[in-house]
Amino acid sequence: MVRVLEQGKERVTMIIERVRDPRAARAEMFAFLGTGLLIAVAWAEIAMSQDVVMQAHAKIMLIGGVAALAWLLYRLIEGFDGVQEKGYNNAVIRAGVIASVFWGIAGFLAGDIIAWQLVFPALNFDTPWFSFGRLRPLHTSAVIFAFGGNVLIATSFFVVQRTCRVRLVGHLSPWFVFWGYQVFIVLAATGYLLGVTQSKEYAEPEWYVDLWLTLVWVVYLLVFLGTIIKRKEPHIYVANWFYLAFIVTIAMLHIVNNLAIPVSWTGTKSYILWSGVQDAMTQWWYGHNAVGFFLTAGFLGIMYYFVPKRIEKPIYSYRLSIVHFWALIFTYIWAGPHHLFYTALPDWAQTLGMTFSIMLWMPSWGGMINGLMTLSGAWDKLRTDPVIRMLIVSIAFYGMSTFEGPLMAIKAVNSLSHYTDWTVGHVHSGALGWVAFVSFGAIYCLVPWLWGRARLYSLRLVEWHFWVSTLGILLYITSMWVSGILQGLMWRAYDELGFLQYSFIETVEAMHPFYMIRAVGGLLFVAGALIMAYNLWRTVRGDEAEETIAHPSIASSATMTPMPAE
Amino acid sequence: MMLKLHKFMETRSVMLLIGILITVAIGGLVEIAPLFYLGSTIEKVQGMRPYSPLELAGRDIYIREGCYNCHSQMIRSLRDEVERYGPYSLAAESMYDHPFQWGSKRTGPDLARVGGKYSDEWHVAHLVDPRDLVPESIMPAYPWLLTTPAHMTTTADSLRANRVAGVPYTDQMIEAAEADFAAQAQPDSDGAEAVAARYPKAVVRDFDANPDMVSEMDALIAYLQMLGTLVDFKVYDATGSNQR
Repeated sequence: MVRVLEQGKERVTMIIERVRDPRAARAEMFAFLGTGLLIAVAWAEIAMSQDVVMQAHAKIMLIGGVAALAWLLYRLIEGFDGVQEKGYNNAVIRAGVIASVFWGIAGFLAGDIIAWQLVFPALNFDTPWFSFGRLRPLHTSAVIFAFGGNVLIATSFFVVQRTCRVRLVGHLSPWFVFWGYQVFIVLAATGYLLGVTQSKEYAEPEWYVDLWLTLVWVVYLLVFLGTIIKRKEPHIYVANWFYLAFIVTIAMLHIVNNLAIPVSWTGTKSYILWSGVQDAMTQWWYGHNAVGFFLTAGFLGIMYYFVPKRIEKPIYSYRLSIVHFWALIFTYIWAGPHHLFYTALPDWAQTLGMTFSIMLWMPSWGGMINGLMTLSGAWDKLRTDPVIRMLIVSIAFYGMSTFEGPLMAIKAVNSLSHYTDWTVGHVHSGALGWVAFVSFGAIYCLVPWLWGRARLYSLRLVEWHFWVSTLGILLYITSMWVSGILQGLMWRAYDELGFLQYSFIETVEAMHPFYMIRAVGGLLFVAGALIMAYNLWRTVRGDEAEETIAHPSIASSATMTPMPAE
Repeated sequence: MMLKLHKFMETRSVMLLIGILITVAIGGLVEIAPLFYLGSTIEKVQGMRPYSPLELAGRDIYIREGCYNCHSQMIRSLRDEVERYGPYSLAAESMYDHPFQWGSKRTGPDLARVGGKYSDEWHVAHLVDPRDLVPESIMPAYPWLLTTPAHMTTTADSLRANRVAGVPYTDQMIEAAEADFAAQAQPDSDGAEAVAARYPKAVVRDFDANPDMVSEMDALIAYLQMLGTLVDFKVYDATGSNQR
């Protein structure tokens, strides 16, 4: 009895000791208050809402809140793990890498399922939640936000620590960013399946999910910026300019595009504040810059760190990176109207959109040149290191799709390509070839570093991943070129009497073989990702396959010397 | 010189942040803000009105099922599109659309002027199983629309939210929302005439031929049958200030 009491007393004094540090205590209090507020709001929604989906989502939030509270209490009793921790914060990045691989495979799989649905409509199974219209946003959000977003958060946290030579700021905030973002994904995805959507492409989550994401994103910005402010390097490395531009601009786009009037505070449905032509312009200002800043600027940040790091050479040109950075972020924002040519959008806006879209070619290729030329003098590594091959091919795809983009943004070309599969193919050459490949390259670098392994389990498997996926991408984009251009031409074909030659359904029928090829291509891409997952799993376990190919001596992240920009 | 300036930027994190913010704000300001005050952005037309409660419910279903993923509602000003679908879409025709449904892909045909093109029976059969009518179609089937009652409990709130966003719903429209909702699918009811009076050109019919229930099918077809029918292109004058 006495012993128990004494132990209890010891515990209490320990907690008081720990909370005595005023900054840590403030952070703790803030975390407890925030979690309490979250639980209260979720509780209130469960009690008051008549909306089934809102009820379910509030329950998810409640479970999340209670779990967070339990963890906070556990930490308090067992001691802060953050305060004493020195060195870089790798734990949250490891979690981010796992989440990236998981969501990536889920998202690719969802994409391939809907590709097969377009081949065999019976695969919709006459079910609400499994029909194409609800699964397609699930696919786009899963690959862009769940896969891409987790890759960006994880790599940005990795890069900013190494290039600033300080630990990530905050003990709890990085974890809040990670878990808060996963909750956002779960809410968005389950909402789509249950029919909760704003119908704004790539911004489908409803008002309450948008509010949650805003909160998570602001904390993300604070963690990232706070780490830069604390840096021990005089210069901010170029990768961080891109990450910073990505985080700030996505915040701006997200907030403006999603302004909405909820029908009720206890329901999921809302109506967007903007309407008609203004809404269309706002949406594609958002939509195109989700591409420009989420899928381009953010991933250029990855390129600027991982390509020189893996090649062990500095970036080709510092000046070029300055010029193309500012030109890219200035020009991208203007390109939105190229999604709205020949529509009811006023001509002056269409003309501006086309002009800036064509101009965008140059800053885009500035990035491509800077990435590719970093390899100059070490081109043999393309042959010997499949991870470098993946990174470099991703830059080549980036160059190709940023050439194709301006081409399709010429009004005359767009009159043919718009509304067709050409657009879908274009997006995927960027998304699979550039975004996914540069992410895979970065993940292949990160896993041995983060888990303290000397090398990947198998480079042969990386080779397999590379070739299987590349074949998949080629099948995908070539079939979409053909089907897109074919359908565009069929829509505008006239017979000798001056009538439209084809009914709409004839043009749908003509797509069938290409949809089949595309779905096979997608399947190969999924297979490639599964090979990667297996390889990474074995790497984490510490296994090393016996191989004839030589593994490059991977500079460990600890010995990395940051290269200031001058 | 440039390098010196940039050294100033890239050694100060908050300056870099502000520089980025200013750089990315310009394009949006120039392209979006004028659309709200330039008078020529939205044509002056006759006939545009807010959606009736049943049409709005149908539109919500259209959004919920993700129809916009495959169907555009924007006929471009190109010869073949005008011949295939009808007069090119005007900005005015989507002025009450929160959000817009112009779409970006035509896996299926454009629906901007689908109103009145097919019978209600055709729509019902087509939505229940598209391949019954069009064997080559790859559209998903939506049989549950026929058996699911359209919910009207939040109708008045939906109209109110739209009014906050700028749609000119009157107090009277909001008060009568639930009655109008049911009456538009019951042509023999007392309220049927009132719906037609409040919402000119509204189609008042028992769309799914089931008088016992206002189904989601009723709501969706009420919406589809009014698409593109409000502006009378026989009297619309595309010249003068209406020129784009």
